Amino acid sequence: MFQPEYEMMDRERLEALQLERLNSLLARVYETVPTYRRKFDAADMVPHVSSLDELAGVPFTVKDDLRAAYPYGMFAVPMSEIVRVHSSSGTTGQVSVVGYTAGDLDRWSDLMARTFAAAGGTRDDVVQIAYGYGLFTGGLGAHYGSERLGCATIPISGGNTKRQVHVMKDFGTTILACTPSYALLIAETARDMGIDPTQLSLRAGVFGAEPWSENTRAEVERQLGITATDIYGLSEVLGPGVASECECQCGLHVNEDHFIIEIVDTETLQPVADGKFGEVVFTTLTKEGIPVVRYRTRDISRIVPGECSCGRTFRRLERLTGRSDDMLIIRGVNVFPSQIEQGLLGIKGVAPHYQVVLSRRGSMDQVEVQVEVSPEVNFDEVKTLERLRARVRAEITSALAVSIGVRLVEPRFIQRSEGKAKRVVDLRAEGSE
Amino acid sequence: MVKQLTVFLENTPGRLARLTRSLGIAGVNMRALMIADTAEFGVVRIICDRPEAAKDALEEAGFSVSVTDVIAVAVPDRPGGLADVLEVLGADDLNVEYAYCFMEQGGSCAVDVFRVERVADAIRVLGDAGIRVLRAEEI
Repeated sequence: MFQPEYEMMDRERLEALQLERLNSLLARVYETVPTYRRKFDAADMVPHVSSLDELAGVPFTVKDDLRAAYPYGMFAVPMSEIVRVHSSSGTTGQVSVVGYTAGDLDRWSDLMARTFAAAGGTRDDVVQIAYGYGLFTGGLGAHYGSERLGCATIPISGGNTKRQVHVMKDFGTTILACTPSYALLIAETARDMGIDPTQLSLRAGVFGAEPWSENTRAEVERQLGITATDIYGLSEVLGPGVASECECQCGLHVNEDHFIIEIVDTETLQPVADGKFGEVVFTTLTKEGIPVVRYRTRDISRIVPGECSCGRTFRRLERLTGRSDDMLIIRGVNVFPSQIEQGLLGIKGVAPHYQVVLSRRGSMDQVEVQVEVSPEVNFDEVKTLERLRARVRAEITSALAVSIGVRLVEPRFIQRSEGKAKRVVDLRAEGSE
Repeated sequence: MVKQLTVFLENTPGRLARLTRSLGIAGVNMRALMIADTAEFGVVRIICDRPEAAKDALEEAGFSVSVTDVIAVAVPDRPGGLADVLEVLGADDLNVEYAYCFMEQGGSCAVDVFRVERVADAIRVLGDAGIRVLRAEEI
């Protein structure tokens, strides 16, 4: 454990620390960020709370607030204090810009060092950072955390997958950090090159930046011969390092000394009890560059009730089923791509690569899930393939409660991703309505 | 017993051309090609002179290939020729999954290719019935 004095802090002291930091934050943003001053004034509130429960009365911050303030309007310090700028990986027109002070980078490094330590890392490890370096927070965020822990850090960034494999083998990489879909591509590429990735020094992975299912974890662990740790973060709140799993793999410990997490009901927006699902909301307690107050992430999850056997007192966020931004509404039913993934991965004979193609025929949404036939399938007889297709269709239809079409495609038909996997192709806007 | 290549193929324009071109470049000569198609995909079955080289070339080109053991028999080119063979298999409760035919090179016989579940049993009963089962090099 990297910082046991915080990570195992007793809850009473932790909450006192949170309250103190929260009040300092509220006063600070009221003073320096016009958006918050306007919101607080409109809510007729003073920038002070006497208990953590009162946070529920403070207005939310949403993505549109950040967009409206593009690029620097919500920074809480003068630009002379900013030493780093990143932007969100949002789709077209949805980019928001975040800035970090030297103090922010220092704390971020600590939080990511906690992540690597929780994944089993020590200063003896060789860490290959295959998240993209650049405006995306993943690469540099992981980089400084790995260095802070004292690991030998390889800043290879994403892409050039054959070189990833060569470096992994020749440099003796022990920990890989990237998106889970890229980890699968690296494993596949290694096998193509005649290298069995399970025979290398690699023993752990720190994976995040996209929702992935428990079955995908099992697949990554099997194909690479490692322990795979899930991490969570978003650039508006920090980047990677907001929450991460420990060796128990039973939820992601939120760094509660730096963030307050709330789960709110998606309809009423009122906080719900631990264990109940809702939208995840974060307040940054120590961020200086661009603090956020009650930021609505659009992510749906819950707090895992109870204590973790690892000794950390920070509460755990359950693995995400998906961002509400990723949610598809198909014939009125809410569908997350991860549910499709969960349905698929139980089936022998299909590879863990899939894509959902949405189109519209008349006024009806059509959904086609394309899945790759694994090379291990005996496809000599058409009836085997037809049975496989029927099975996939039945599994997904039952998981989603929506009827879908299934198309079996050749191995490697689906475009591989070197960063976040593109799971959904939506052609509905292109067709005539 | 003969090695047959089976390729799982997208039902998209140009895909079969790409497959056959890959074989051509590798210097593989095909003796027979048969496609089982559904609306979305096809299963292409190929008998050729060098199955292992063909498999390598196709995999190199990104195709999904498997090798299947099939039975090839020489059948006299006359009415009822194929029925004679199938009756032998049927009498021994051997189910034919699929079959296809092509003409022997320069010969007076048809070559019939069968996929059955119990290949060894099939070869035995055909031999017992006096039907000529072809070896790979005879095709």
